[in-house]
Amino acid sequence: MIPAQFDYQAPATLEEAVSLLAGDPDGARVLAGGHSLIPAMKLRLAQPQLLVDIARIKSLAYIREEGDQILIGATTTHYQLESSDLLKQICPLLPACAGNIGDVQVRNKGTIGGSLAHSDPAGDWPAAALALGAELALTGPNGERAVKADSFFIDLLTTDIQPGEILREIRFKKPSGRFGHAYQKVPHPASGYAVVGVAVHLGLNADGSCSSAGVGVTGVSTKAFRAQGVESALAGVTLDDQTIAAAAARVCDNINATTDLYASGDYRRHLAEVHTRRAIKSALANAK
Amino acid sequence: MPNKYVGQRVKRTEDPRLIKGLAHYVDDINLPGTLHVAFVRSMYAHAKITGIDTSVALSTPGVLAIYTGADVADKIGPVPCAGALPDLKVPDHRVLAKDKVYFMGHPIAAVVATDRYIARDACELVMVDYEELPVVTDVEEAAKGGPVIHDAWTDNIAYRLTSGEGDIDAAFSAADRVVKQRVLHQRLAPIAMEPRGVLGRYFPGEEELTLWSSTQIPHLMRTQVALMIGIPENKLRVITPEVGGGFGSKLNVYAEEALLGWISMQLAKPVKWIETRRENIQATIHGRGQIGEVEIAFKNDGTINGLRYSVFADLGAYHQLLTPAIPTLTGLMLSGAYKIPAIQMNITACFTNKMATDAYRGAGRPEATYIVERALDLVAQDLGVDPAEVRRKNFPAPSEFPFHTATGLDYDSGDYEGALDKAQQMAGYAKLREDQKRAREEGRLIGIGISTYVEICALGPSQAMPAGGWESATVRIEPTGKVTVLTGASPHGQGQETSFAQIAADELGVNINDVTVIHGDTGVVQYGIGTFGSRATAVGGTAVFVAIQKLKEKADKIAAHMLKADASRLSFEGGKYSLQQAAAAAAGTGVSEPVVPVAEAPAAALPEPQTEGRSSLTIQEIALAAHIAKDLPPDTEPGLSATYFFEPKNFTFPFGTHIAVVEVDRETGDIEFLRYVAVDDCGRVINPLLVDGQVHGGIVQSIGQALYEEVVYNEDGQLVTGTLMDYAIPRASHIPNFELDRTETPTPVNPLGVKGVGEAGTIGATPAIVGAVVDALAPFGVKHLDMPIKPENVWRIINGH
Repeated sequence: MIPAQFDYQAPATLEEAVSLLAGDPDGARVLAGGHSLIPAMKLRLAQPQLLVDIARIKSLAYIREEGDQILIGATTTHYQLESSDLLKQICPLLPACAGNIGDVQVRNKGTIGGSLAHSDPAGDWPAAALALGAELALTGPNGERAVKADSFFIDLLTTDIQPGEILREIRFKKPSGRFGHAYQKVPHPASGYAVVGVAVHLGLNADGSCSSAGVGVTGVSTKAFRAQGVESALAGVTLDDQTIAAAAARVCDNINATTDLYASGDYRRHLAEVHTRRAIKSALANAK
Repeated sequence: MPNKYVGQRVKRTEDPRLIKGLAHYVDDINLPGTLHVAFVRSMYAHAKITGIDTSVALSTPGVLAIYTGADVADKIGPVPCAGALPDLKVPDHRVLAKDKVYFMGHPIAAVVATDRYIARDACELVMVDYEELPVVTDVEEAAKGGPVIHDAWTDNIAYRLTSGEGDIDAAFSAADRVVKQRVLHQRLAPIAMEPRGVLGRYFPGEEELTLWSSTQIPHLMRTQVALMIGIPENKLRVITPEVGGGFGSKLNVYAEEALLGWISMQLAKPVKWIETRRENIQATIHGRGQIGEVEIAFKNDGTINGLRYSVFADLGAYHQLLTPAIPTLTGLMLSGAYKIPAIQMNITACFTNKMATDAYRGAGRPEATYIVERALDLVAQDLGVDPAEVRRKNFPAPSEFPFHTATGLDYDSGDYEGALDKAQQMAGYAKLREDQKRAREEGRLIGIGISTYVEICALGPSQAMPAGGWESATVRIEPTGKVTVLTGASPHGQGQETSFAQIAADELGVNINDVTVIHGDTGVVQYGIGTFGSRATAVGGTAVFVAIQKLKEKADKIAAHMLKADASRLSFEGGKYSLQQAAAAAAGTGVSEPVVPVAEAPAAALPEPQTEGRSSLTIQEIALAAHIAKDLPPDTEPGLSATYFFEPKNFTFPFGTHIAVVEVDRETGDIEFLRYVAVDDCGRVINPLLVDGQVHGGIVQSIGQALYEEVVYNEDGQLVTGTLMDYAIPRASHIPNFELDRTETPTPVNPLGVKGVGEAGTIGATPAIVGAVVDALAPFGVKHLDMPIKPENVWRIINGH
């Protein structure tokens, strides 16, 4: 389990990192926590020429509340998100999701930005980012641009990040009013990745009906997706067993579910429906 | 003699160094100038090698040598197989493939470089031309015909064997009922936390080769590797430093061990190879791999008449050390814990284009126990009675021991009903059944599984073993009063550094901290057989015990001489020999302490024990006197040391009852443990803490087999579960709280009364877990499920997919 030869740079600033990447746009890869890229390199599935390690850029790790936004630096670790008192208060879906990732050692090293940029079809963060309608800030040689989570995940291990760009920040609109949240996950018994993962952010009206819903699903297909059918079925509806079940039934509308050694596509679709239902109920139950 | 240590939960003396990361595994041993080896391995399951071009790789800076099959074919003998069966086909399996590869991961070339990174990169530059051949991975297909793997023969059948006693046809025709079931025992990968590793160092002047290897059998390996590479056995020293788990996978002699030794001799430099996890899953032996049909014949009252098991054993592409023998162990244990008058096993063992199977924790016995226990469950279902009652009906009574089985064994001792009673009581069995009934009415799916297993341990009498079934020990008391135990067993996680010290400390009446147990170095320890088959304590511990008795016989004589009394007037207690009139005074004085306090000993001359006017002497004073040897009885050898080789007269047969309670999620098929109760009887217990640990680990591996683990090759022979991202070993989150207890039925086979417990968990637990899931799904007409039971399979059953 030894990777092919590679060079390594640990720049102190984001600007330096961007210029290092610009020097070798095809052969360089950004390294953050290393919990996706390093295993792939050890299996020689990935053979980058140069690793640009951004984990030492101190200014990239933060969790901040700014106006009506929550800002999270790309190299913030899963553990920092899991244990953030601020997030537990204002956006508990993020800590809940973080607690489902890998094990303690993984959470101590792995980062939210690395996970999103890797776009593993069974990663946990993409589901939460989609459910919360995140926006991702990408910095490149030509400055910065923002991409909605919706259009960020393109395919298996493929995102909208262009050669030379670095994911710098993840932003969310701070949940307001009455809302509930849940992340339901079926972990693969070997990898711990999501066979199915459903993140739900549920906004509620004063009368208990649903004002808006964000539903992100991972593990089911080649990339994480927003279950828009579920979201629209929930919006404006009084939530009861029937309406919830009817909404959850739409989770895999127009989705090709993956079949692998552990679970067939049929079973994945079924699990997605069950866990969407359970996630909505759980979000409703913990709504404040 | 009252025991101060034996029977106590003494904490493992091994643990502090392990927990602190201070222990030394093979890869922690760094010799100056060490070269590193990496292997080019076959990416195909079956192919002709039409060419190997090493020139580019050899020209890489840092690469010193590359060896291929052609280089070593007439230099290194074949990988040994100790399984001796009538008409067994034994492929000529060489340490490197020469003309043909026959499993994915088959080593083709060894690359030697100045560091492991260069070695690994150079492997990519070795060009191997293959001509792919048709592949056979399914054992039943291999039995029928299919592509022939070894050119020496015209089929893939390594051997056929029928075993068992009793008139099987009569037993079946006299039965009221017969049930049959096809049962799969999937392939498993042992996954020791530390993979294999070898370090070789050759001194050309002394002509001495030292091999550090992560093995369970240092002495057996020394003999076999010496034969393979043609070095005198007494010029080869094998050292097993810390070994991070074996589970049978290191009860073997591997190609890499011989190769590293040979390469070190060629280059006269230290050479090291540390197996990667990928190699570990590809090219370290697998376990299990049986598919067959069990038939059980019984009367309407539940009495078992006979059992027949016809099985295809998937041996893989060639034989490792015990590959062909494993299915025969299954045959030995097909009587389980029951009186079964007639038993027949029919084995068809076949080669397939996969890694060899061999001993994995339990080694053939989990298969047997699973077959018998599943069959008993099927009988209970067929008769509509409680599975515990069918078992109870067929147990031999304690008075029926030694109990002869129709598989040809004589079980030593047992109280099977005692263990079942205790487990049922702990579980609250009757109430569990009521709860289950109520839950079913509410639509919940709760299942209860029972396994009343018996296993065969303490392997074993030399008559039954390929290369000796005894074990050795040397016990000596050093001049400073410290006790050294040299055991031929090779513990690698079991904790015998602690439990053997407990035995020695009690028998000698010394402090346990004054005892050091040394093992795993053929240059230091007398020949031993090793640690496997739950034998180390029952056979090796007994050798320690008897060696101490021999040592004490000598100490008795010296004590009598020094105290100027007849030996019959002396008593020995708390580490002290006392004249009998003084015994009362000496009693209760605790353990004896060394005479020479190490930190304070100032001079080269050791103090002479003072005997003037003494009515008692510690055994450590006697050891010192024996060492100084100025005043010993006539015809007495100096020193206080004894060696004993213990040959057991029989195996031992531990047993117990495991009860698993699970709940199945109706919607998702998820399986959750509600309870896990186990009562194990491993005879007399030296250290309950160690026994619990062994049982825990065993049950965990059973959970792995029952619910998660499965080595999968696709039809091209590609290993699909080649990493731990795909091959699921159980994690802490997968296991329930264990409720454990014991019964203690000593064995008459050894004076300690110990039976062995290393494999009990993997043998006893699997059928209980599968039985519980099957029971949970009984409302859907389920009678059997193959392992691993995945949630999707359960969901399909519940939802009729």
